[in-house]
Amino acid sequence: MKFAIQVNEGPYQHQAADTAYQFTKIALEKGHEVFRVFFYHDGVNNGTRLTTPPQDDRHITNRWMDLAEKYDLDMVVCVAAAQRRGVVDDDEAKRQGKDATNIAPRFRISGLGQLIEAGIQADRLMVFGD
Amino acid sequence: MSEEDMMEEGGTIKKFMYVNRRAPYGSIYALESLEVVLIGAAFEQDVSMLFVDDGVYELKKGQDTKAVDMKNFSPTYRALEMYDVEKLYVEKESMDERGLTQDDLLVPVEVMTSAQVAELMEEQDVVFNF
Amino acid sequence: MLHTVNKSPYEKNSLNTCLRLASSGSAILLIEDGVYAAMKGTSVAEKVKTATQDKKLYALGPDLKARGLDEGQVIDGVTVVDYGGFVDLAAESDKVQAWL
Repeated sequence: MKFAIQVNEGPYQHQAADTAYQFTKIALEKGHEVFRVFFYHDGVNNGTRLTTPPQDDRHITNRWMDLAEKYDLDMVVCVAAAQRRGVVDDDEAKRQGKDATNIAPRFRISGLGQLIEAGIQADRLMVFGD
Repeated sequence: MSEEDMMEEGGTIKKFMYVNRRAPYGSIYALESLEVVLIGAAFEQDVSMLFVDDGVYELKKGQDTKAVDMKNFSPTYRALEMYDVEKLYVEKESMDERGLTQDDLLVPVEVMTSAQVAELMEEQDVVFNF
Repeated sequence: MLHTVNKSPYEKNSLNTCLRLASSGSAILLIEDGVYAAMKGTSVAEKVKTATQDKKLYALGPDLKARGLDEGQVIDGVTVVDYGGFVDLAAESDKVQAWL
């Protein structure tokens, strides 16, 4: 089965980011394909490299990065939602005149078309939100 | 190009349903889900929008956001037609609960019973939620 | 169709709307705070039990455990599954509707 995953909420604030991660991880371990993980609304905050969660709790962003590294997962942060919330990569920093970037490795910023494409290409769209 | 030609070329056409259950302005979901619909229109899928629960409030006439200093995005629902998004469905029960009738809405919609909505949802290929 | 409900029935109306709009024969999986609806002895238990007559009800075990809910007190007819079971349910249905 080919899955598309949509994550609507940021790390820690809601369980959505956790459930999405657990689902994605198990799906991959079971040999399914995950076409793309698309981060929308506050979900874009999963993609910042500047978080410092407490040492004795899960590191949500790092967890996504490790999973992406292991399975070559495509993790897309929606550009419009990212602009609203201040998640920035080099291209966006140049384009919007920002003096810093904060995107985490293995995440890429791209358009909503990537979500639509995922909906078309995948067999199942899973939405995790609040 | 006929649908058959599109399919032969590998252009999939799926029945996409965008499910709207949130009131406008109290959260960003209504606005950002509309942005998905507009971008998605370019992909020429078979699109329906379903308004259930507080989602019916998104279509209420007379939204005036000056005093809250937020963007009034309700005119966008009237522009959907230009994007070939014409199938707007509203659940009667949700309207009744909220004391709304079709006259209160700013666009033409098809009002459906819960049973009809259930059937309509079953017919879809992909359902988006925000 | 697989329906997921992730909010407590006391916080939001998502469970109610799901039960109203899920067709006979659908699968409904309670996850995150939605698992509270899987327990016996609550004001929604009767409604959930009735749903098991024509729909397949599930609850996500890890979420029950996290909340200190006893699997043995889950409503009869609601099957507890783990994340693997969640993936299987999604794969077996033709599509998934997330009632947020």
